Amino acid sequence: MSSAVITSTPQDQPAVKPRRRRVRKGSIARYAILILMFLLLAGPLVWQLSLSLKGAGDDIYATPPEVIPNDPTFEHYTAVIDRLPLLRYVFNSFLVAAMVVGGNVIGATFAGYALARLKFRGRGVAALVFVAALLVPIETVIVAQFLLVRSIGVNDSLIGVALPGLVAALNVLLMRNSFRAIPQELEEAAVIDGANAWQRFVRVCLPQVKGMISVVVIFAFMGAWNDFLWPLIVLSDQNNYTLTVGLNHLRGTFIDDPRLIAAGTIIALIPIVIFFVALQRFFFRGLESGGIKG
Amino acid sequence: MSAAHGGPVSGFGAPEVRTEPGHRAVGSPMAGAPKGSRNTRKSSLRTHQRWYVPWLFLAFGLTITITFILFPFFNTLGLAFTDATLLRDGQFTGLENFRRMFDDPRFTTALLNSTLYVICVVPFMVVLPLILAALVAGKGRLLGFFRTSYYLPVVMSVVIIGLIWTNLLDSRGLVNSLLQWIGAIDSPIPFLTDRWLLLFSAMMVTVWSGLGYYMVIYLAALANIDQSLYDAASVDGAGTVRTFLSVTMPGVRSTMMLIAMFSSIAAFRVFGEVYVLTGGTGGVGGRNVTMTMLIQSEGTGLQAETGYAGAISLAMFVIMGALLLAQLWYQRREEDA
Repeated sequence: MSSAVITSTPQDQPAVKPRRRRVRKGSIARYAILILMFLLLAGPLVWQLSLSLKGAGDDIYATPPEVIPNDPTFEHYTAVIDRLPLLRYVFNSFLVAAMVVGGNVIGATFAGYALARLKFRGRGVAALVFVAALLVPIETVIVAQFLLVRSIGVNDSLIGVALPGLVAALNVLLMRNSFRAIPQELEEAAVIDGANAWQRFVRVCLPQVKGMISVVVIFAFMGAWNDFLWPLIVLSDQNNYTLTVGLNHLRGTFIDDPRLIAAGTIIALIPIVIFFVALQRFFFRGLESGGIKG
Repeated sequence: MSAAHGGPVSGFGAPEVRTEPGHRAVGSPMAGAPKGSRNTRKSSLRTHQRWYVPWLFLAFGLTITITFILFPFFNTLGLAFTDATLLRDGQFTGLENFRRMFDDPRFTTALLNSTLYVICVVPFMVVLPLILAALVAGKGRLLGFFRTSYYLPVVMSVVIIGLIWTNLLDSRGLVNSLLQWIGAIDSPIPFLTDRWLLLFSAMMVTVWSGLGYYMVIYLAALANIDQSLYDAASVDGAGTVRTFLSVTMPGVRSTMMLIAMFSSIAAFRVFGEVYVLTGGTGGVGGRNVTMTMLIQSEGTGLQAETGYAGAISLAMFVIMGALLLAQLWYQRREEDA
């Protein structure tokens, strides 16, 4: 595995660039495939949006299928919000995500700093705990997690949903690696000035790892927002449902009307799409610079 | 500058790739560099520090990790050998749960389904995103737009994706009506009710939603390939396909193996796609259950047989561990060769 770190968007166009003679034909084929893939990936979303807007004057099973509604209406959106507390689910998901993001940022930076920059007896053992936790697939401990959460009385609550994911081992190790990359000299200067561990952590080291913190924020948020299995197991009261569990419930409720389900999924998609579009720079920067060494 | 592999991956909830950095961190260049000098320097730092200070920093992270991951893990080991249920602690029953497991058609079905998932999904996950990445690599607004839109399904919840595809694959859904319209079929294809078609539909949904994720990993790897190799290939008159096979593929070989590993582990733990497409039932007669679905249905709820579910969990853990070790072994052998 090479170890070069990529710091910017990939700039090369391996497949096409070098051969000027063929550029034209190659480009056409290339863009044809890109557009086809775009249709395959975006098409389902467009269809879902179209379906959610189709009114009484539309035949949703028309042949050939019609993408533009003849009789557009927002009534399915109001209907689905009337019949299911979707906004409540959105709020619940936000609460869980906020707890998980907060927990991971605090827990992972603190622990990561100690593992990377402080020397103490037991550091190896502490690091091993996180590495071991990383190797445990969550599905294989989920029953025992459920028993645990139940025994401390937080099952069927949003806290119970957030608790096990509050500090992910992966994030701790990511932060550790990030802290390790800070030049030793920076901290030494602070030591000479008499700074203690806390001051060095806050004033010297934290500003250096902002990039990795934003990666942790984004992926902790997405993980919590999209998690399905664990909230499905923990929650039973409908008022506590997070968005994913609530949406799953949607299907049982409106199995007869795809337009209502479509409206529900579009409502659920809005927050995450806004989040993604607003932060996409960070997504790709995180993936490319922080991320992956091939 | 920053750190490790799998950065982005972190939060993908659980799934996808938690096992990754564990093994890769070993070879991480970050780990190595200034070690020698640091140890001596660090000891001078230590004199300013009370023994409990590092543990204060670690307290929160260690507490959560030990309580909610490691303790449940050891608890699962214990449960697997008892007849515990949700409502009562069990008695030690030795290997009884495992004996029962191998006679349980639900278990063998789940094992078959999850294994098939790995076998069918992984090749697509290794190859398709690479082709996509080669096509969208480069500068320009349009390519950037394609990159972003291909990544979009990755940020969507599996429940939303499942509901969208349930709708599309319905007997009166878009896919069937398009196929009927162009005259490819006379009667609707039972994507969501046939035992095998349902499994393949779920696999297709998994591939659909995962392409963008692995594409981005490949993009990073592609940018690492030495441009002069492409120039040389072009001087030698290699065509697009030839260049792809002889320069691009070897250049991302280690990434391909990595993705094979991630995606096979992710595929074995599949839950959401099958759960949503079957409406939570596991298909007609429960013949589409996967390992994770079986754990969920046996181990939770008021009738939960937590001991038996613990045994299934343990089996799943062993299989996934074996999968990981096999791939690491293969990778090591390849590197030595």
